Order: sequence, then structure tokens, then C-alpha cells
Amino acid sequence: MGGKMRFLLLFSRQGKLRLQKWFTPLTDREKKKVIRDMMMMVLARPPRTCNFLQWRDLKIVYKRYASLYFCTGLEDQDNELLTLEVLHRYVELLDKYFGNVCELDIIFNFEKAYFILDEFLMGGEILETSRMAVAGSLEEADTLQETMEEYMSRPAY
Amino acid sequence: MSPSVPLQEMIRAIRSARTQCEERGVIQRECAAIRAQFRQADNEGRSHNLAKLLYVHMLGYPAHFGQMECVRMIASPRYSEKRVGYLGAMMLLDEKQDASLLITNSIKNDLSHSSQFVQSLALCTLACMGSAEMCRDLAPEIDKLLRSSNSYIKKKAALCAVHIVRKVNELGELFAPAARSLLSEKNHGVLHGAVVLITELCERSPETLERFRKSVPELVHIMKGLVLSGYSPEHDVAGISDPFLQVRILRLLRILGHNNEVASDAMNDLLAQVATNTDSTKTAGNAVLYETVLTVLDIKSESGLRVLAVNILGRFLLNNDRNIRYIAMTSLQKIVGTDHIAVQRHRGTIVDCLKDPDASVKRRALELSLALVSASNIRSMMKELLNFLSTCPLELRAQAASGIFAAAERYSPSQRWHIDTILHVLTTAGGDVRDETVPNLIQLITTASELHCYTVHKLYRALLQDISQQPLVQVACWCIGEYGDLLLKGDCQEIEPVQVNENDVLDALETVLQSHMSSPTTRGFALTATMKLSTRITENVDRIRSIVSIYGSCIDLELQQRAVEYNALFKKYDHMRAAVLERMPIMEKNSTGQTNGETTGELVKEVQPVKVIQGQPPTQPPASQVCDLLDLLGDSNDSGKPSSSSAQSSNNTSSPGGDLLDLLGGLDLMPPTPVPTIPVYEKNGVNLTLSCQKQSETSLIVTLTASNSTDADITTFTLQAAVPKSVQLLMKAPSGDHLPACGTVKVTQVVVLNNPNKVNLKMRIRVSFTSQGVAFQDTVQVDSLPECR
Repeated sequence: MGGKMRFLLLFSRQGKLRLQKWFTPLTDREKKKVIRDMMMMVLARPPRTCNFLQWRDLKIVYKRYASLYFCTGLEDQDNELLTLEVLHRYVELLDKYFGNVCELDIIFNFEKAYFILDEFLMGGEILETSRMAVAGSLEEADTLQETMEEYMSRPAY
Repeated sequence: MSPSVPLQEMIRAIRSARTQCEERGVIQRECAAIRAQFRQADNEGRSHNLAKLLYVHMLGYPAHFGQMECVRMIASPRYSEKRVGYLGAMMLLDEKQDASLLITNSIKNDLSHSSQFVQSLALCTLACMGSAEMCRDLAPEIDKLLRSSNSYIKKKAALCAVHIVRKVNELGELFAPAARSLLSEKNHGVLHGAVVLITELCERSPETLERFRKSVPELVHIMKGLVLSGYSPEHDVAGISDPFLQVRILRLLRILGHNNEVASDAMNDLLAQVATNTDSTKTAGNAVLYETVLTVLDIKSESGLRVLAVNILGRFLLNNDRNIRYIAMTSLQKIVGTDHIAVQRHRGTIVDCLKDPDASVKRRALELSLALVSASNIRSMMKELLNFLSTCPLELRAQAASGIFAAAERYSPSQRWHIDTILHVLTTAGGDVRDETVPNLIQLITTASELHCYTVHKLYRALLQDISQQPLVQVACWCIGEYGDLLLKGDCQEIEPVQVNENDVLDALETVLQSHMSSPTTRGFALTATMKLSTRITENVDRIRSIVSIYGSCIDLELQQRAVEYNALFKKYDHMRAAVLERMPIMEKNSTGQTNGETTGELVKEVQPVKVIQGQPPTQPPASQVCDLLDLLGDSNDSGKPSSSSAQSSNNTSSPGGDLLDLLGGLDLMPPTPVPTIPVYEKNGVNLTLSCQKQSETSLIVTLTASNSTDADITTFTLQAAVPKSVQLLMKAPSGDHLPACGTVKVTQVVVLNNPNKVNLKMRIRVSFTSQGVAFQDTVQVDSLPECR
């Protein structure tokens, strides 16, 4: 059955994993293998080569943004060019949220990177195609969280 | 949102560790602290703690002890704790863990929570790691949410439903009605989710697919709206309005239009519009164009639209962006079989891509180029391919070499060209060719009898240049041994004459024998060649005698055995030497390649063409006769491919040296045992009998003998035979097609069978003839051929 992403990985040039989202159930061992293989293949690519690779039965689409590689595995039916747009959109969302995002933002606020991802993709498919809608939902959710925290940390008199 | 200070402090501490060991120490301390915190019943920083653990997990350290904390956090009333708890569940729990069942109840409750953000967490988590059981449990809830008035919830419910259907196929039925009504939504997120859900449902159930075909006009309408709409800041990407949604709609249309004329017609205009109006300067536009092309090629589109689609791919090939060139070639590869002519138009560009520095692009270009080789372009294509072979990256060489061989075999304009091409490959990439190349090439050389002189001269010269490429050396040795007399004669019209004397030739062979670069197989070839020369040269036979006797004590067992046998040939059997070493007969090959794009029947060599039979159109091409015949074989279930379509070498190729040994082995024979004959067909005056003789473990010679028992002559007598798929068949020419009355003269025909898989040998024979002006045709099946010694 075609048409979804199997996983999304973010890793640095030095091979440090910054985010891993899995859209199919895999054992820990299988996940580690995928991560190793992806890093090996992608980090070995010379500059100015195309962003698509073949690995096992999956198409791999990757793109480098500053010091981070965004790498995803697709099933056979998927549109690689659109996937490049998907990766780009995610970067835009991160950028909007953090304001000029850099790798450190994603390291120190990794849970937020996941929250942002979860407003954009679900089950390996795109959930929301509008940038504004995603940003809006995140803001509202954050407000809800803060409100609770503020409430909880207010002195009880 | 304010950052989590405790989390960030920990991250800083971990990052400041200078060695792996130090980092492990920090992590151990932190984990201990986290564990202690988990044990405390009620504390403020629970979400921070879990977040810390998740970070540690991402670094690759074990975090199972956090699973129960996730379960607890999910059940908390606080949103901040639920949020991290669900995140933890998605990272630490998957459907294989027992703990995941514990959150089913929380998810169920949260699905009907008053806050949409809590509902959203539950939906997201279910879609991420929900097991089949959880999915079954919660499916009705999801269906309810699909009908909610809240768009935010609807879009999430749609993708959650997609996950459920992927896990539990039967639940697709449940969601179909709700999915249908979601198509009338205006919200793009919901619409996108609906299209994805419908796509999933249609892929899994043909009945659902049938029902959703009625939605094609609606989808076309939505798509038109997107394409024609003006600029929309919310959805614009590089001038395209919501390319994500457009692509998903196109993909759904593809599924609905596949193999269905009506649906395909309904979308024809739209596809043409998208194909012509979409801006192709940026990736977003090209993504839409790409999906459009894929759709056009997969539905029953008009030919004009198809041509348009292929032309778009052609334009992609010229695009500066490598990614676009790459996907263009991938798509062209898929249609090169069906739309061959259209793809041929872009051959020039494709061949240019062979020179692209990107290895992925090169690989695609190679595959596509090989698929585009045909009889009309073979010479120019081969030039390009050989060029490519000399500069291509190592990982592509084997593929390129085999592709070139296959193409040369099918489309060679002449035998000399064929041999030259193969020699070129052997000298350029000799180390990367596959093993069966050597016997194939030898067989080819034997059939080109006028070129023996030319070939042996060329090979000899190549051998002098370089003895490191084993396949080349092996073929060269074999030819020198076989055609050494031609080599020494010196005159050959196609190549400048160079005087070669006997000692030079023996020197060359001895160099090969002694070189450390020569593999044992190669040395075997060289030794046998040396031996064969003993009957082709005049002066240096003694030299050969001494070479052979030296190798009689060689450590390599194979070489030693050969040398000892050759010695015996010199001593005890010298009277037979000339006969044993004489020129080999031409080896028949029993395979033909398939032609590219040209469908008119190529005459398959082995099967005799059927003369006109009453009632059949006279222009029926022989190739289809072959297929008809094979269809008669009910036992092979799949529609027959010609029994001889493998390009493997023919029956009698062990290494040629081996043949020689077989001959020697056959020298001390018992008198031949009588060969069993069985009657096969006795009707209408024709008596057909069959006898077999076993040639080797896998090959068999079948002789069919026919005679006429009536007192009227039988004419146009022909036989055809078919065998099980894995068996190779070679029919020799019959002795005649005229069976005179009263059986005065018999017609015999020999069939050679090769049965490598040792399957049960059956044969179906079709007998056709004319007797007294009436045409007869009959088929008989022989279920087992008589065992023979």
C-alpha cells in the first residue's frame, strides 16, 4: 500500500541524533539499524548530488539545513518532490516557532520540536497544510499549558 | 512557552561532558535522580522529569523504567503533564509493549474531553502507536469524532481513522460514510485528511473503490478550484495553491481512474489543464506536475494526454535540478515497456545523463539507456555505452557490462561487430563481467566461422597486452588452442598481417600458465590450449610434450589431472590424438533474446515453422505458433514464456577443456546398449516412434521416427514439440517432410533436451501433414520419456 512516510530523522553532521519519529512499529534493534544506515548513507553523499536514494524497498529523501540533516523514508508510491516540500515546511514551522531556528534550539527544546511535528504530521501523513493553522494551534496549546503552570505555581493564599 | 529549566540544565550538563565515559557518568546520576523523583507521589516537576528521561532515551540510553510514569502522567488532569506523558508514550511504548494496553482507557476518556487539545493528544497517540486491539476498541469513538463540528478534531480523527484501517482492514466499512461527507468541507486540513482516508479505503477494498468512483466529479471540482484560485496567503507555496492537497487529490484520482474508462474520461480535461497551467519553476509546481504525469500514465487517458505527459517528463530531463532529472528517469523507466516510442524520442537526453556526475542519476540513466536499445539505434547506443563503461563508477560496471552483452546479443548488426564489442568490454571491464560470459562468448565465436581468423588474431594481440583480465585471457587461450593454425598462417584480410611464429604462441600460453595473476580456471584453459596446438603446429611439438609432462606433477589437482591425461594422449593413445584434438563442431545455442518494442514474430530458430494448415490464416507469424504450442502445456500454470528465453548457455557447455576430457573418458566404452523405442502416435497412416539416449546427467537426445503405413504418399509432414518450462529444447532439422507410401523411407528428427532442474520430462508433440489432399493436425502427449542408460 503506498503513500506514507515510515520515519523521520534529524541528525547532525557528526552523527548525533536530534529527533526520531517512527510511523511504523519497529523493535529498538531495528530502529538502531535504520538510524545507523541512514547516517552512513546520507553523511557519505558528496555535495550537489540529488536528494534521493534507494535503500531496501524504500525511497530515502534527505535535505541538509545548516548543520542538520532531515531524512525520511518513503514507500514506493510516494512523490519525492512533494516530500522535499514536506521537509521544507517542517523547517519553516520550526523557524517560525523558535525565531531563526538553529540546531541548539532543537537540542534544548526537543520536546517542542516533537509537539510542532505532531501538529503537522500524523501517522506518516500530512495533517495540516496551512502554516498559519499550525502556528495558531501551537500557540493556543502553549497558552493552555502555561495557564495551568502559572495556576499551579501561584502561592496558595 | 517558557522553557523547562531543569531539562535544559541537564542537557547542558550532558553536553559539557568531554568524553563518552564522562557522559555516561552524568547520565547515570541523572537517571538515578529521575527514578527517585518518579517514586515520589506528588511533585511539581513531574513533566520536567519525564522530559529529561526522554532526552536521555534519544541519546540511546535505556529508559524502560519510565513507561509506568508515562501511564501515570497521561492519567493526570493537568494538560502539561498529559502532553509530556503522551509524548513519552509515543516514544517509549509501542504496540508490542504490555504497558501500552494500560493507556487505552485514558485515551478513551481523553477522546471525549472538553478541551480539544486533550482530545488531540489522544488522537495523535492512538494514530502513532495504537495496536489492533486498541483500534478495534476505540473505532466507534473515532467515527463519532469524524462527524464533529470542530474542524481541528475532524482532521485529526480522519488520520487516526487511516491508522485504524491500516491496522484492522475490516473497519474500513465503518468509516466510509463519514469519509464521503467530509469531501464537502472547506477546511483544507479536513479535506486533506478526508482524501487520505478515502484513498486508504479504496486501496483496500474494491467495493469501496467502486462506490467512490462516483466522487470523481466532486474531486475534479475541488481540484479545479485549487488550480484556478487566486493567491491565498494561507495555502500558497511558491505560487501553487496548497500543493500538498493537490497531489493527494491527483493520487486518489489515479486510483479511481485506473482501468476505468468512465472515470478516466471525467478527469481528462482537468489533468490536461493542470499539466499545461502549472508553473514549473519551483519544486512545488514540479511536484504537482510529477503527480499529474503519474496519474495520466496510470489511467485510461487519451493518447494526446499521454504524449503530453511523456513530454513533461522529457522537459524534466532537461531541467537543471538533478532531483527532477532523477525522478523523470524513474518514471520513464516504468513506461519504457508500454510507451516505448514516446520514450525513444528523449533518448538523446537520457544518454547525456550518463555523463552526469551524480551516481544516482547515472544509475537511472544506465538502466533507461539499456532499455532503449533497439535494432535501429544499436550502433550509436553502443558507442555511448562503451564510452560509459570506461568511465563509470565501479559499482555500476557489472551491470553495464551485462547490459551491453545482452543488447549486443539481441541487436548486433553483424557478427564481427558483435565480437568486437565483446572484446572491447573484456578489455575495458574484464574483471567485472559475470561468469557465464566466457562460455557464451566462446559459443558465439564458434558460430562466426568466417571470423575465426580475425578473432584469434585480435585475441592474441589483446593477450600480449594484458594477461590480468581473466575472462579475456580464458577466451583468448581457448581460441588460440582451437584456431592456432589460423593464427600461425598469418594472413587475414580484416586485420593487418603480422607474422606469428610457433614459439611466440607457446611463449604467450606459458606466460599465462606461470603467471600468479592467472586463476586456476584460466590455467586450465591455457594448458588445454597448449595441448590442442600439438596437432596444429609442426615444429615445436616436443616443447608441448615437455610443458605437459611438467604439469603432471602440479599441485593443483585439476591441472595435474589434465596434464596426466594429455601425457597419456601423447604416449599410449598417440594414434588418436589428431582425432581427439580436431576442430570442434559449431555449438548451437538454444536461446534467443526478446526484441525491444517490435512485436512481429521473430523466427525462433529451433521450432520448425508450420506450413499452412487448412482453416488457419496463412500469414500467422511463427512466433505466435511457439506461444500457442506452449499454451498447450497445461501443467505450467503461468502463460508460457518461450521455453528458450533464458540467455543461459547451451546444453553442452562445461568448459571446453572438459569436453575434451569427456571424449577421452568415452574412449574405453562398452558396446552401445540397445536404445528403447516407444510408439507415440499411430493414426491416419502415420506411425511415430520415440527413442531417447542419455547424453549426460541433464541432457537427453530424443529421436522421433515417422513412417507411413498407407499406400498414398504423405507430404508436408512436420513436427513441433513442447516441454515443461525449465527444460531447454533444441530441434534439429528433420531428414525430410515427405513420407512415401508403405513406409519405404522414414523421416527422423532429433530433439536435444537439457533438463537442469531434473524435472519429470514430458513432451507434447504436434503432428501435421497432408494426405490425399486433406490436411491433418494432431497433438499427442508423452508423459514420461523412457529411461535409458
